[in-house]
Amino acid sequence: MPRPLPRLPEPDSEPFWRATKNHELKYQQCNDCNTVVFYPRQHCTHCGSPNLSWKTSAGLGTVYTYSIVRQNRSPFFRDLVPYVLAYVDLDEGFRIMTNVVGTPRVEDVKCGMRVKVQWEDYEEVALPLFAPA
Amino acid sequence: MAYSTQRRDVAIVGIKEYPLRVVRPGTTANHIRIESARAALEEAGLTWQDVDGFYDAQGGGLGGPEYFGLKPNTIDTTSVGGSSFEFHAAHAVQAIREGKCRVALLTYGSTAHTDGRAIGTGGFGGFAGPATMGQNMTAPWGGATAANYALVKTRHMFQYGSKPEQFAEISVATRAHAMRNPEAVQAMKDLGYENIRELSIEDVLESRMIADPLHLLECCMVSDGGGAVVIASAEVARNTRKKPVWIIGTGQATKYRENAGDITVSAGAQSAPQAFGEAGIRPDEIDNAQMYGSFTITQLVCLEDLGFCKKGEGGDFVSGGRLRWDTPLKPAMGTDGSGYSSNHPGMHGIFLLLEATRQLRGESTSQVANARLAVAHGNGGDLGSTHSGSTIILARD
Repeated sequence: MPRPLPRLPEPDSEPFWRATKNHELKYQQCNDCNTVVFYPRQHCTHCGSPNLSWKTSAGLGTVYTYSIVRQNRSPFFRDLVPYVLAYVDLDEGFRIMTNVVGTPRVEDVKCGMRVKVQWEDYEEVALPLFAPA
Repeated sequence: MAYSTQRRDVAIVGIKEYPLRVVRPGTTANHIRIESARAALEEAGLTWQDVDGFYDAQGGGLGGPEYFGLKPNTIDTTSVGGSSFEFHAAHAVQAIREGKCRVALLTYGSTAHTDGRAIGTGGFGGFAGPATMGQNMTAPWGGATAANYALVKTRHMFQYGSKPEQFAEISVATRAHAMRNPEAVQAMKDLGYENIRELSIEDVLESRMIADPLHLLECCMVSDGGGAVVIASAEVARNTRKKPVWIIGTGQATKYRENAGDITVSAGAQSAPQAFGEAGIRPDEIDNAQMYGSFTITQLVCLEDLGFCKKGEGGDFVSGGRLRWDTPLKPAMGTDGSGYSSNHPGMHGIFLLLEATRQLRGESTSQVANARLAVAHGNGGDLGSTHSGSTIILARD
């Protein structure tokens, strides 16, 4: 059973996912009020403006919080346990849900840990995961 | 000082909690709703056709009235997760005050246990229906429900230094209440709980991790069940059989993942000031707080966000058995046994209204002495991402 992947076309998140194929982590910023917008959509969440620009993150951030998932009955994740679910705060000011990988033990993940994006390639997209920087 | 518009013109006049947590073969979710509605109306001394307000958290705005056989003037299908029933109570107050209806019926039924649904450890990991931005941005990383709540607990412990044994206090206090509630004890037997007895803090901490830092005994059960609540105007309430339990304050909010947002603050921080302001009372006047019993972290942050203690001090607040029914310190919490040890068929919110009402009538199996003021606070959805909160403040005469 493969990992569940984003389904395209989907108008709001499609530009984000298309860019992942080139290992680019994209986010949006409002041209009118400078608010960083994430998750992707077609309006500014602060002022409602439709004038957004796509930007590319350097892929560096900090673990805001995490959980070590020990039990999940869903296919794929049932076999992946234990794995680390996390929110990572990117340095550009947006927060992404992700998995933290690449620590010696899953218990080594901590809040505040510096991490860097790492890509897992699939046919249509690449999945952003994060590993210790 | 909060501006109070407190009125006592809408009351809960009839309640029923469906007694079983594992239904007999052939029982549907609708059967649970019908049986609960019948009993709640009968308790109030009202008839089936007295109902003119229909509240449905399960999407049955069209088919619901037909199945029940009702012709309501007010139909409300607000569906915001397990707190929907507190939203419905708030909306019923508005409808009754405006004269749009006189007798509002809230019902819930679920056969989640019998259906084998994995509420805490399933969900969120796959796709259903058309592609959405929300699913595309969350599903690939396997955020099972329990793990979503665990994200909040991890951050709370990191940010405020709250300790595992403090969260365990919540499981211990609510289990002590469950052991005094025969329906909860039966529920645990029917659901195959091992060693059905009062818990120690060590018991909780030694139970296995579901999603670190949440232990098994910090997670709600997956039961069958349901119930009904009848809310009516003061005019109707004057002639009902039980003493009315007045709804004196309501508040509603949603909250979600935000860039740079504080995940330890729930929607309750927005809904509670509305409710307490309307009621014109302070949290420290509340005798019993029926908080949404999905996971210990939910109840801890909701106690903080409703103002029972300062933000981040929930761990200290719940320590020393403070939440038990028989301590002199207010408030008691989860006096029916809560979602861990009494009832959680997927949506827990209706049971908060039921237990708060029992407390103010003097009918709880863990009755707080001379209870006068209660709060029922629902938290629906996923605490670590998109969720809803609704605060209902209740008073007896």
